[in-house]
Amino acid sequence: MVELRRLGKTFGPIIAVDDVSFTVGRGEVLGFLGPNGAGKSTTMKMITGFLTPTRGTVKVNGFDVQEQPLEAKKSLGYLPEGAPAYGEMTPLAFLVFIGEIRGFRGAELQRRVAETMEKVNLEGVAHQPIDTLSKGFKRRVGLAQAIVHDPSVLILDEPTDGLDPNQKHEVRGLIKTMAQEKAIILSTHVLEEVHAVCTRAMIIAKGKVITDGTPTELEARSRWHNAVILRLRGPLPDGVQAMLEGVPGVRKAEVIDEGPAEQAYRILPKDGQPIISAVSRCAHRQDWDVVELSVDRGHLDEVFRSLTMPAQALT
Amino acid sequence: MSRIGVIFKRELIGYFATPIAAVFIIIFLMLAGAFTFYLGDFFARGQADLIPFFDFHPWLYLVLIPALAMRLWAEERRGGTIELLFTLPVTLWEAVVGKFLAAWCFTGIVLALTFPMWVTVNILGEPDNGVILASYLGSFFMAGGFMAIGSCVSALTKNQVIAFVISVVVGLGFVLSGYPMVLDVFSGWAPPFFLELISSFSFLTHFNALSRGVIDVRDLVYFLSLIGVWLFATALVLEWKKAE
Repeated sequence: MVELRRLGKTFGPIIAVDDVSFTVGRGEVLGFLGPNGAGKSTTMKMITGFLTPTRGTVKVNGFDVQEQPLEAKKSLGYLPEGAPAYGEMTPLAFLVFIGEIRGFRGAELQRRVAETMEKVNLEGVAHQPIDTLSKGFKRRVGLAQAIVHDPSVLILDEPTDGLDPNQKHEVRGLIKTMAQEKAIILSTHVLEEVHAVCTRAMIIAKGKVITDGTPTELEARSRWHNAVILRLRGPLPDGVQAMLEGVPGVRKAEVIDEGPAEQAYRILPKDGQPIISAVSRCAHRQDWDVVELSVDRGHLDEVFRSLTMPAQALT
Repeated sequence: MSRIGVIFKRELIGYFATPIAAVFIIIFLMLAGAFTFYLGDFFARGQADLIPFFDFHPWLYLVLIPALAMRLWAEERRGGTIELLFTLPVTLWEAVVGKFLAAWCFTGIVLALTFPMWVTVNILGEPDNGVILASYLGSFFMAGGFMAIGSCVSALTKNQVIAFVISVVVGLGFVLSGYPMVLDVFSGWAPPFFLELISSFSFLTHFNALSRGVIDVRDLVYFLSLIGVWLFATALVLEWKKAE
């Protein structure tokens, strides 16, 4: 539904987006990750037709965004960064305006606006000027204008930025309910969000796609993937660490927390293989007082840092 | 209703949803009145016409229309709504024309609110209402010219103060282009046809012709083509700089 081919954008000497190609189909929720200035927003602005690519093409529902902009834009919903809206308007008037621009009239328009307001819980503030609303409501207004025409492609630039945890949860829930019949691309700084809503995650740095896979695949690239956290209640005999390192499949055991009553270890596997049962058997044999035994699935933020930091260090 | 109509409606309502409309209407009516009665010597002239009223319109517009026009695009850009507008299924041209027409229509409303002036002169004497109608028409078209210039300048910058100042200067150039202040810059080195061309660009020449009651199609065409050219320039500037 969205197809990018060798997309590139330069601003003078600065290469903002460098040879990016990918496709997103129905039912996919693609999370764009990357440091500030990595080219996430620029890529989104080219998909939505706001920026003209320096090279390459974008197709939305088969329509080239540059050659058939109106057709492409009709099937597209876009929440720009910061959710801009006409501040003097009320959410109701604003959504009616967006609906009219998108060609809806009369009862159809009323129905769509009412349904959308209900979906994003805007009914309570329908008649207050947008300028007077809180950040959370403003974001919902932005989301509402993006979905009022039930687009098949949804582009959301930082949809949960600046929202409180409850609002984030609501917005994520909304995205998930829409995910089945749409192709969604969203950018975020919040890595937990990738797990919460995305079926696919892409890390972008310096305008290039660095990785592209499911969130689980991405986590597997963490050096802590499948590591086991073991917390024991003391007093403990000496040589626990050596004993853990002797368990088959274990590469290394690190002490991560050392106190008089409790000790915690992070046990790293060889080649990311699961080792929890072996560690568990060892603990059982030794009759240690186990307080916690858990598998670390890997940390997205650690993967994110290791993939994007070297690139940043060059600048 | 076309998409231009939808944009037009939103913009026009926007003027009245903010204090802009009230402030603009009050200031315009006050200044127009003050100029007519004090500087124009409306009563002492003893003539039943609105010449002292219309004579000050170019100067009123010179300052007041850039104040209205400066927000046209600068505000869209500052608030980020330009990104919203141009990712909706509207063409650049529809957006430029819709916003311009709303602003122009607003000045038309303000101009229409000066009707007590017309009523007054009709009570006091027997003016030539045809001349007054032609003057109103000329004034409205001239307002469109100033507005189109302001639209283009506003598209150039995010900063509304800069947009205002530049619009006033460009507007002044067009008002005075038939006068020595502008022509002296060119006389002496530029060929005579060029001087004539410059002076034919003067708002005052075309407006004065209309306000004498002579509705010459050429004067209307002049203002309409001026509006067209500046709106075309607005679209070019937006295409070039919309992302900045």
